[in-house]
Amino acid sequence: MPIVASLARATLHEAVRNRLLWLAVVVVVIAFGLAQFLNQVAITESREIQTALLAAPLRVAAVFIVAVFVITSMVRELSDKITELLLSLPAPRSAYFFGKFAGYAIVAAILALLSALPLAPFANSQGLVLWTVSLVCELLIVTAMGLFCVLSFAQVVPAFVAVAGFYLLSRSMAAMQIIAGAAPQDPTLTDRVVNAVVELIALLLPGLDGMTQTTWLLGPAPGVSTLGPVVGQTAIYLALICSAALFDLYRRNF
Amino acid sequence: MSQRSIAAVPRGVLALLALGLAAQIGLKAVTPPPRAAAQDLPPAPSIAALRLASFGDPVALAKALMLYLQAFDYQSGSKVPYRDLDYGRLEAWLARILELDPRGQYPLLAASRLYAEVPVEAKQRSMLEFIYRQFLLDPDRRWPWLAHATALAKHRLHDLPLALRYAQAIQRHSVSDDVPLWAKQMEIFILEDMNELETARLIIGGYLQSGTIKDPAELRFLDERLKQLEARNVGKTSGKKARESVK
Repeated sequence: MPIVASLARATLHEAVRNRLLWLAVVVVVIAFGLAQFLNQVAITESREIQTALLAAPLRVAAVFIVAVFVITSMVRELSDKITELLLSLPAPRSAYFFGKFAGYAIVAAILALLSALPLAPFANSQGLVLWTVSLVCELLIVTAMGLFCVLSFAQVVPAFVAVAGFYLLSRSMAAMQIIAGAAPQDPTLTDRVVNAVVELIALLLPGLDGMTQTTWLLGPAPGVSTLGPVVGQTAIYLALICSAALFDLYRRNF
Repeated sequence: MSQRSIAAVPRGVLALLALGLAAQIGLKAVTPPPRAAAQDLPPAPSIAALRLASFGDPVALAKALMLYLQAFDYQSGSKVPYRDLDYGRLEAWLARILELDPRGQYPLLAASRLYAEVPVEAKQRSMLEFIYRQFLLDPDRRWPWLAHATALAKHRLHDLPLALRYAQAIQRHSVSDDVPLWAKQMEIFILEDMNELETARLIIGGYLQSGTIKDPAELRFLDERLKQLEARNVGKTSGKKARESVK
């Protein structure tokens, strides 16, 4: 649909005009410089240290930039009544949603590629490809979640807190499940209730803890099949979050 | 803000929502729950790295790390929890956690009550030595765990010299008034078990003469103990003389 493509292009222009890509380049250069500095300090495993200390902050920075961009851009549109103008066009609300999502998804993919660029001299190539694809998947989930939260809350702070909480919880859920299931005593009713709540939350969160692993860049690269669960989880979660966001959007009176 | 009714939502969106939710729950339900197996325990990071990761709050990180560590090999399917853990790594983790939070008692409680009770003698001994080394860093606060280690050495390992070494360490290094006399006097009872009656008698005599014991009940108890020991000592000596005269 032409309106989807137009909205995606407009979102991409917005990212360029906001100097988002320049910001990403600056972050990449700073991370690269920091890794070079730590390489000088390290006594051994300098390549591994460089790779790990580049990959982890770049991943977090990419997630942060995407989340902030999606939320602030959407809130600005809502405040300036541009959303209302766009929704008055003869197109379904889903076209507006998918147009915005497509634009943000392209920005997320570009950010993922930029984040992978400084890792190229240090990481094995297959591991780097898997890492990059996985980062794209992770950023797509964050993008969809950002859109969902901003359409629900319509304000920067609550939407950002919700996305940050979602991301941190998803990343640490496996560790929380392990801890919850290892109480070294006979479980009381409270223990069982807490465990059940943790398991329930885990059912509804994506397995981000299995995505974009630094170990893929360090040792021998894992097989391409590693990406199967990552892509499958991303597809399912995008369907869930996008439909939830559409549900909110269709019910909303502007 | 008013909202439209659910009827305003296209059926395709509702169907996608239901399908997405079902698929997500189905995917997570078929995925095996995460378990921390023994072999998954990674080497402990350096204390500098942990301090950096604590963002200036090492105590909170230490508490969280202890919960994380405790989960390893607890539900691995092994009949005996913790048996398959790499104890070298485990000790390194416990030591790091104690460095982050030196006042915390959890790592030493876990060391003495969980990890030192696995039915593998080498692992038990390694954990008891770990407790001993950590005790020496803060004897007035960490004596309960060495007291437990003493009991384990005596009753589980049946290694009286080891138990004596630990009991002597409590007696010599734990000087705070908070340390109860029973802990300081463990040395005497182990010496008795080792049939070192003369040494035990000398130690009790030293206690009584030093004037450090004020409680009348304690004094009476030790006095009676001293008399019993002297009686046993006399019996032992006369028996020895009788055997020599027969020869």
